[in-house]
Amino acid sequence: MAPASCALCQNAKAILKRPKTGQQICKECFFFVFETEVHHTITDAKLFKPGDKVAIGASGGKDSTVLAYVMKTLNERYNYGLDLYLLSIDEGITGYRDDSLETVKRNQQQYSLPLKILTYEELYGWTMDAIVSEIGKKNNCTFCGVFRRQALDRGASSLNVDHIVTGHNADDIAETVLMNVMRGDIARLGRCTLICTQGEDSIKRSKPFMYAYEKEIVMYAYFKKLDYFSTECIYSPDAYRGHARTFLKDLEVARPSAIIDIIHSGEAFGVREDVKATQKPQQTCKRCGYMSSNELCKACTLLEGLERGMANSVTPDGDVLPRMSHKVLRRRSQFSSNSFVWASSSWDWSNLVVSTYSRPHLSVFEM
Amino acid sequence: MSTIHHHHLKVEFSGGLELLFGNQRVHTLSLPAVIPDSERPSPSPSPPNLKSTSHSTSESRSTDVTYLIHYLRTHLLTDRPELFVDGDSIRPGILVLINDTDWELEGEGAYELKNGDEIVFISTLHGG
Ligand SMILES: [Zn+2]
Ligand SMILES: [Zn+2]
Repeated sequence: MAPASCALCQNAKAILKRPKTGQQICKECFFFVFETEVHHTITDAKLFKPGDKVAIGASGGKDSTVLAYVMKTLNERYNYGLDLYLLSIDEGITGYRDDSLETVKRNQQQYSLPLKILTYEELYGWTMDAIVSEIGKKNNCTFCGVFRRQALDRGASSLNVDHIVTGHNADDIAETVLMNVMRGDIARLGRCTLICTQGEDSIKRSKPFMYAYEKEIVMYAYFKKLDYFSTECIYSPDAYRGHARTFLKDLEVARPSAIIDIIHSGEAFGVREDVKATQKPQQTCKRCGYMSSNELCKACTLLEGLERGMANSVTPDGDVLPRMSHKVLRRRSQFSSNSFVWASSSWDWSNLVVSTYSRPHLSVFEM
Repeated sequence: MSTIHHHHLKVEFSGGLELLFGNQRVHTLSLPAVIPDSERPSPSPSPPNLKSTSHSTSESRSTDVTYLIHYLRTHLLTDRPELFVDGDSIRPGILVLINDTDWELEGEGAYELKNGDEIVFISTLHGG
């Protein structure tokens, strides 16, 4: 094959086929379009305002390493006026997190950004190693997910930041859309494609890479020679997510736009107001004071189970407590005569209103 | 047998794939320029409906990336082949670069290797 020249500058040799558009582009044009699309994602959603203090959730992995690099680059190039921090969580997983934190510490030097590390041990009194030795390897992703989310929030408030950005990429979002559909979790389906969410504590959380393909993030890291850590968590048995990821990667081989198309489908589902309203009103956890929809927050519920030596308050699908929305949905589906009711009867398609489908403006470079 | 022409190649694994290859990132190999008969990839057992006819002919075939993947799987891989290959090809989610170019621009598995080529395999499947 003769080397193709770049579809954008028509000059240099193409080094990458973009999964989103099929364009063949050179290295310099790739850096430029990748960064510029993230910039457009940020400005279209008006994520930041000058003076914002923004924490980058940094794991040392590919996504957050590239995110830190790109956030720093864009902040300087476009004068966002942001105060950037790296915020890392040490789950206490020997041979995994201790190594990846070394990568974050190198990134701190390379990007000269302040770094804050919070440990599960100091926040909860338990390392993941200790939790796994107590409960085994089943369900430990549930613990880790609940604890990490709360730990990031706590780290953010101790740094007094306005905003946390995380490295979730387009593949992650598409996978989450699929999983929420497969679990019938309509309230989360409605939320998972939001680029920015804001909790009771007023700290915003957003995903500047939500339209960036994993392939491009990894290629960006490769061609920029960014230093990242890549070993699978030694306790990651989330088989359901694994199947969703494999399915998605197979789809991507057959049709690379599948990932962005699934995200658009997720965005186009409007969830009816009465379904959203089935989420419980927020209160504060009576044990730790963190915002919660029950008397105890999810982290404290799990901790109480651990402390009693019985961690079986976790349901098989990974939820900590029964979801009220399912009961409400089931009751409604019994009364709606013309609605299509899914096999388990816990999922009623009439709750989904497909909004007028307009393909969001993706990229100035898309042909 | 006199001298069989060989290609000297540099192969690199990253993104966690190195763990499947004895935790060694860079490997240098020497592969015959034409695939020896004894080393033809046997038709894979998993998808019998795919390209079942192509391997049975005896004409010589230049060493290509598909053969390299087969060679790596049979000679260098130390652990969990299902994380590297899927049938005759690479597992979806693993990026391949041929001389620092996306293999999708180079014909993927059909790319015929040349002496001095550098092939990089990067897993995208490990932690974000
Ligand atoms: Zn170009
Ligand atoms: Zn609590």
